Amino acid sequence: MMRLELVKRPQRSGLFSALSPFIAFALTIVAGAIMFALLGVNPLTAFRIYFIEPVSQVWQLHELAIKAAPLILIAVGLSVCYKANIWNIGAEGQFILGGIVGSIIPVLFPQFESPLVLPLMLLLGMVGGAAYAAIPALLKTRFGTNEILTSLMLVYVAQLFLDWLVRGPWRDPQGHGFPQTIQFNDSAVLPELMPDAGRANWGFVFALVAAVLVWILMSRMLKGFEVRVLGSSPRAGRFAGFGLNRMVFFAFLLSGALAGLAGISEVSGAIGQLQPVISPGYGFTAIIVAFLGRLNPLGIVAAGLVLALTYLGGEAVQSALGISDKVARVFQGMLLFFVLGCDTLIHYRIRLIGLTLTKPESAAKLEAAPKLKEAR
Amino acid sequence: MDITINILLTIATAATPLLIAAIGELVVERSGVLNLGVEGMMIMGAVGGFGASYLTGSPWIGLLAAIAMGAVFSLLFAVMTLSLATNQVATGLSLTLLGLGLSGMMGTSFVGQPGERLPNLDIPGLTSIPVVGRLLFGQDPIFYISIALTAAVMWFLFKTRTGLTLRSIGDSHTSAHALGIQVIRYRYLAVIFGGACAGLAGGHLSLVYTPQWVENMTAGRGWIALALVVFASWRPWRVLAGAYIFGAVWIGQLHAQAFGIPVPSQFLSSLPYLATVVVLVLISRNKRLTMMNTPASLGQPFVPDR
Repeated sequence: MMRLELVKRPQRSGLFSALSPFIAFALTIVAGAIMFALLGVNPLTAFRIYFIEPVSQVWQLHELAIKAAPLILIAVGLSVCYKANIWNIGAEGQFILGGIVGSIIPVLFPQFESPLVLPLMLLLGMVGGAAYAAIPALLKTRFGTNEILTSLMLVYVAQLFLDWLVRGPWRDPQGHGFPQTIQFNDSAVLPELMPDAGRANWGFVFALVAAVLVWILMSRMLKGFEVRVLGSSPRAGRFAGFGLNRMVFFAFLLSGALAGLAGISEVSGAIGQLQPVISPGYGFTAIIVAFLGRLNPLGIVAAGLVLALTYLGGEAVQSALGISDKVARVFQGMLLFFVLGCDTLIHYRIRLIGLTLTKPESAAKLEAAPKLKEAR
Repeated sequence: MDITINILLTIATAATPLLIAAIGELVVERSGVLNLGVEGMMIMGAVGGFGASYLTGSPWIGLLAAIAMGAVFSLLFAVMTLSLATNQVATGLSLTLLGLGLSGMMGTSFVGQPGERLPNLDIPGLTSIPVVGRLLFGQDPIFYISIALTAAVMWFLFKTRTGLTLRSIGDSHTSAHALGIQVIRYRYLAVIFGGACAGLAGGHLSLVYTPQWVENMTAGRGWIALALVVFASWRPWRVLAGAYIFGAVWIGQLHAQAFGIPVPSQFLSSLPYLATVVVLVLISRNKRLTMMNTPASLGQPFVPDR
């Protein structure tokens, strides 16, 4: 029988470290072609509509930036968590809470118009996201509760809370019963970058700035070193005097604040009011962005653009070919699968036992092994 | 009296998918593997079960399809984490994300279609016994499977040699490997068993609980099942108790909404999720209990040294 065997590399492979996202993307394209063919669509047509047409005009690039901004902002924060081996998967909830808390001023004090409004909103958004992320952090450090499950459960709670707000106390009384808040006044709307060319707003700039800042933090500062040490060996971290509990709070608060900033930027920029649903799953897709970007903030910028394209492509094939826009989710899921699989190549060589695809040296070793036994 | 019985019956219906998915995951985690893809496997089971039942007209074929769907889908996770030694947390998450997307796509044409419900058991003479008749002899077939499954897993894990081997792998894969146990093979089988269970749990949702296909119809039940395993500190009978407590919470909030209790329905709907958090906190506060029962190599990748 044929069998896979992993052989540990003496060092992590720099080549595969750089190549693995690209191999993963190529494999996703192949799998996607099979999927389209199964759906009875010519894969080439589908790919043109999915990956090329949504970015062939300038205004469409702005749409891409709008979708990429929250993904990058959230993923940059999550990358710090995952590097530290802390599993915040509730960014979706922190995004929503950021949107809600940041909207307090424009919803409750609509007469308040001043250049101060926007900075205050963004700040409140970050505070909201960070505070919501502090719950799993507190439970983990205080009681040792698994943060994966608590942070995820809080996503459902946040979604229901937002639903209640926009249908109940925060509903626009002049909104004809629609479940939404009032439209934000002009001083509460995130300005567009180039209003003549497209809709992209300052959220994208925030994303780029956050990526650069976190990159500096992770590669040039002691805190980044602390994250990496505690992530790869908590024991070594303890000897170095790094506190694991402090790190849990740091990672959760940072990623929560960035997710909250993404939330309020989305609400005040692309949407302009609160609705029952303010995110097409950005908080979950950002997990994929973080891994596709190899948990490196600069890689995450590129990965965020790719994943943003999968959203646009999903909408495009839905309108052009009548395929469900869930196809975007499928692409995203496959991409993450292949990235994780390809990452194995960084640390291991893969050998197929029963086939002669092995490297000469390891094959020689394999042959030598039984002889050694005989010699004994 | 009748109302009490009806409530008990609905609690059992709500608890059954949680119980089955959690029992499956318990076996997986006992072998030392953490599969966070329960939600994804469950939703795939739900769509597969409904689809097969809708296309063939037989909910029984749907039942088998749900199991097969969950098992095949879990194989993806097994190949990644066991053969390629990928990070189990990230791979499980991607299984859930992929499952939610794939099921949505596969189910597009099933939305709004009427489904056929698996018939309840009906034994002449027994089902009509007053009070206990319907509780014991009048429920859906998957209910009986779930109880039998719990008993079987309990027996398998603690009374058989293979079960002991499985648990030993979960506690130390390196020692097990040194003793010549085929760690990877055991884990493959455990993961597939967990997938089949999650698929069956999903099938229960789309063939019994609400016999139709609704996108994201699992509504976090897969995650609650994962929490149940922790809550039960990896003991099958505690999973049974936990599943029924959660079934009661789930049904309780639905009834409270129906009775028009002056609390916003969204707050009631969030109760099962909040209850999960509370329960996890309560159980993890007892450090000794958790430490003693957590499979020691849970979530760690294993690459055999040759």
